[in-house]
Amino acid sequence: MSNQRYIEVRNGSPAIPVGEIPVLSYDLFHEEVCGLLKSEANHCLSYHCVDLQSVYRFFCFIADDAAGTIRILSHEMKKDGAPLRSLTEVIPSMHIFEREIHESHGIGFTGHPWLKPVRYPHDRADRSSAMDNYPFYEIESEELHEVGVGPIHAGVIEPGHFRFICNGEKVLHLEIQLGYQHRGTEKLMAEKEGALQRCIIAENIAGDTAAGHGLAHAQLIESLASVEPDEALQIERCIALEMERIAVHIGDTAALCGDVAYQLGQVTCEALRTMVINTTQLWCGNRFSKGLMRPGGTNYPLTEEISGEILKIMAEVEKRFSDVTGLIYTLPSVLGRMEDIGTVTRQQAAETGALGMAARTCGIMRDIRKTHPFQYFRKYEITPVIQEQGDVLARGTLRAQEVKESVKIIRHLLHEWKETRGTAKKPVYDYRLQPESLAISVTEGWRGEICHIALTDSSGKIIHYKIKDPSVHNWMSLALAVRNQEISDFPVCNKSFNLSYCGHDL
Amino acid sequence: MIKEIKILSDHGRQYIADLRHQPVAQRFRGRPVIAAGIEAEEISKVSALCPVSAIDGRTGAIDMGRCAFCNECALILPGTISFTNDYRIAANRREHLVVNPGVEKPVRLDDQMIRKEIKHYFRRSLKLRQVSAGGDNSCEMELGATGNVNFDFGRYGVEFVASPRHSDGIVITGPVTENMAEALEICYDAVPSPKIIVLAGTDAISGGIFAGSPALNRSFIDNHTIDLYVPGNPVHPLSFINGIMDLLGL
Repeated sequence: MSNQRYIEVRNGSPAIPVGEIPVLSYDLFHEEVCGLLKSEANHCLSYHCVDLQSVYRFFCFIADDAAGTIRILSHEMKKDGAPLRSLTEVIPSMHIFEREIHESHGIGFTGHPWLKPVRYPHDRADRSSAMDNYPFYEIESEELHEVGVGPIHAGVIEPGHFRFICNGEKVLHLEIQLGYQHRGTEKLMAEKEGALQRCIIAENIAGDTAAGHGLAHAQLIESLASVEPDEALQIERCIALEMERIAVHIGDTAALCGDVAYQLGQVTCEALRTMVINTTQLWCGNRFSKGLMRPGGTNYPLTEEISGEILKIMAEVEKRFSDVTGLIYTLPSVLGRMEDIGTVTRQQAAETGALGMAARTCGIMRDIRKTHPFQYFRKYEITPVIQEQGDVLARGTLRAQEVKESVKIIRHLLHEWKETRGTAKKPVYDYRLQPESLAISVTEGWRGEICHIALTDSSGKIIHYKIKDPSVHNWMSLALAVRNQEISDFPVCNKSFNLSYCGHDL
Repeated sequence: MIKEIKILSDHGRQYIADLRHQPVAQRFRGRPVIAAGIEAEEISKVSALCPVSAIDGRTGAIDMGRCAFCNECALILPGTISFTNDYRIAANRREHLVVNPGVEKPVRLDDQMIRKEIKHYFRRSLKLRQVSAGGDNSCEMELGATGNVNFDFGRYGVEFVASPRHSDGIVITGPVTENMAEALEICYDAVPSPKIIVLAGTDAISGGIFAGSPALNRSFIDNHTIDLYVPGNPVHPLSFINGIMDLLGL
């Protein structure tokens, strides 16, 4: 019986014909989704709506972390249909998906407690909803005051608005308004005819995650074209992904040190990050690995020389980073600013649907490399780093441990690469994509789970492209982390998450 | 204390002594060079492939203000198109970002165009406010890196500051989104005169791959005089540093 309610796929498996996905009544859909998501082993990768002119078609992707499968559920709705019963009421982490659907298509959700704008897309349903009339949560009180920060911040970072409600120095509530970075990315993905154009957009979704998003895109196109990259390429892609993780984690450690005024930690980590990204530049000509991830092949196959350089740099970075973090996280002046600061509880992380590092620091194992392995991670099982405390310190030390783990992975992968080397294939920009099909591709970027989904029409042209950066969920974790904290601790909390604005705003 | 000394000793001297002549990786893609003899057929092939319409379909010129520096044109026409690792590619005239076939001369600022007050006021101290308006955070990180322990642009008194009130100009990254247009205008107005505007990165200069998206509003760029264009995807810290040094006459 339940087999007819959804279709099961695996990460990176060939695209499936849309016709094979059963369309449920909304009641059945609601029941099934809520039932599945009650188990912590399941989480929703994406839930979105496609405007098919005559009807709205909804697709929901639920990942089963235990079985490594992805269930695709679907329902349809007439254009003038009545509001739907909200899933968020039962499963709080669905809030963001329903808000997104509401904002883009004007579809109502009864019982949704927080049906607020997400990113003010240019084609939003309600044009009267504007950046300057966001419905902020308010508390009437003589004692409380509000603090507004942004969209432009003190540092050289992206824009977003933070509205704090404070009691003296203490934060009672933080609400984050985003959307300033909205570039119409998803629409462009479907409108651009050139395959290369989509590659360029993919690596610009979040430039600090060019490998993560670039790979998610390349893998998606390969699914739609039913091709499997050869082993050497899979290994190279995983190496680039881990190098990106190492570089950002080290850079974030520098930034955290900067925020707690520990200069030795800051400058040494800055220099170490430079070494890593310059190695990426040596490999593909770009410090952020733009240009490296392409469907079907690569323009920059790894060479013996580059592989040797990566090994050399990794050895040095690992040692020096371990020395410096071994010092940073023992200093009372650092610990005083990080320990028990910005704590997210396990329950909060689960309810907000936290992903990646934000989940792993709260004792929740969310790591696509492990649960839904892609590329060479299907052959090489990684050991995710898990922490329990959920505070700034946990997010700091988790980075230190993950760098170590990633160096280990890279060493192993380079060893495998030597064994499996084949002739490098060039990227392919003229794949014929399967018509009327749906494909999903998930990767684990340094922030967490990245999900790309595409739908093709009868000619194999992409008509709908959906992108999810983990920041979409993790921004809510940040908002909860600063409750009951001193407002002066906000910067260090914010840095400890280092979430993407453009990845959220798309 | 011993641990600290050990870490500092391993750290060594990181700063780049000569920001004008620091070598970068051979594969780094800076100023393109196009052979004089590029044929019409080759031009149409690469201009059709170019994801950002940076190649003039008639002349074969590459506009670095649009270029995504993806290298695909050079890969299909090796020997005819190549990207050198010359990172000194900033210009103060938009048209100087266009590299014509057969031209191998470096990109330099037009001194006549530099307003007198720029050198007069900012030569010893230039404080900048960075505004990301749809930037993808790679240009932002590279601009941040200009002040780090390696590049240390602060040695020339050039720094990014927290408030437009403390700054002498703005550096814009990103294609300028509609949702950020008003904040950008307000920020610029808050900077005391005289002030400069710098566009950092392909997205800021032309919209890049996002050019033409209905989510953008580039009226600010169209309505103001730009003092410096620094191409790149993202901008390399040395491209930015050299561009500003040229502007200040350092």
